[in-house]
Amino acid sequence: MHLLQQIITSFVASVAFGIMFNSPKSALVKCGLIGMVGWVVYSVLVALDVNTVISTLIAALLIGVIGQSYAHIYKVPAIIFTAPSMIPLVPGGAAHDAVHYFVQDNYHSAVQLSIKVFLLSIVIAVGFILSEAGNQLYTKYLIRRKGMP
Amino acid sequence: MKEQSQIMDVCLLAGDMMLKGGADTSRVTETMTQIAAVFDDRPSQCFVVHTGIIFSIDGVNPTKLIRVSERSTDLQKVADVNHVCRKISGGDLSLKEAYSQLKAIEKPEFTYPTWLRILSAAIASGCFLMMFKGGWGDFLPACLAGGLGFTGLVYFHRLTKLEFLFFAEFVASLIIGAVSAGLTHFGLGHEVDKIIVGSVIPLVPGVLIINAIRDFMAGHLISGLSRGAEAFLTVFAIGMGTAIAFVL
Repeated sequence: MHLLQQIITSFVASVAFGIMFNSPKSALVKCGLIGMVGWVVYSVLVALDVNTVISTLIAALLIGVIGQSYAHIYKVPAIIFTAPSMIPLVPGGAAHDAVHYFVQDNYHSAVQLSIKVFLLSIVIAVGFILSEAGNQLYTKYLIRRKGMP
Repeated sequence: MKEQSQIMDVCLLAGDMMLKGGADTSRVTETMTQIAAVFDDRPSQCFVVHTGIIFSIDGVNPTKLIRVSERSTDLQKVADVNHVCRKISGGDLSLKEAYSQLKAIEKPEFTYPTWLRILSAAIASGCFLMMFKGGWGDFLPACLAGGLGFTGLVYFHRLTKLEFLFFAEFVASLIIGAVSAGLTHFGLGHEVDKIIVGSVIPLVPGVLIINAIRDFMAGHLISGLSRGAEAFLTVFAIGMGTAIAFVL
């Protein structure tokens, strides 16, 4: 039940972000699907006590790979699919709490949380870059296989 | 000379719109050099920072510079420019046609009406509350707070352009903090923290943060730094807004 709730809300949230980011209409449902898959993978991994950073990396990698495949198939830039889908992973809440701690003079917790926010953001970017690199390798492999220049 | 200038106009227009739409620096540079490569054999030099583009074919003369002041996340523009770029690379478009098609994309309206965007922000806030393990009782308060916050953002952004985007974000998060605290005070909401975290997500510049890091990793250090600074300031403004709302 809880999982079903997460599935539905992450789908709706990703589509909502697609609208806010002004994605093309045809891409909205796909954004929703990718966002849903990414978030569900992340939640399941976290529930299995995997480190948050590693879970985020795997989820970002998955979003990147599916986004790149869709980009190939539908001939649009991958960012259309990955941008709305990654928003749930971006540590907005943690960043917000970190600023709160700063304002309350609680620098100890603030710095700790800021470092976590920083790490998570880097890891998401790394996930995407890895998927892009994979995509380029795959394209080169295809070109070589087909014997095209 | 005139044709060179026209080629540069097309490239700059494409790059300008991609940057305004929130594409990362690598994509902007690639698009511009690709378009230039179709129409001219010499290698073009392209320097893109988050706030402007310097472009020149063959690196000397003529060189054109544009400043990109307003940036948001507008994926339709990115997709459309990419589409035109593909057609140019496929040899389907002449220079003039490319220019007119790019000009047609430049219109400032969004694909979706404002009320729909506000509604999506509201629904997204509620959904985020649920995703962060909130209770169903807080769904509507989060939607309300998020929707009102986003409305504040859009309204204040229109009111005070450019430099004061931070002001708009600050006020928007102030509204969210006030609404959430008010609703909890009157018993309509239960967990204030979760409501605020859910409602604030539409304001957080997630794409900006990720693109900043991607720029860094791709070697566009200046662009990465400036994007990162903008992202940091925006997050700071949001945090300050809700913190002050709590204090009051």
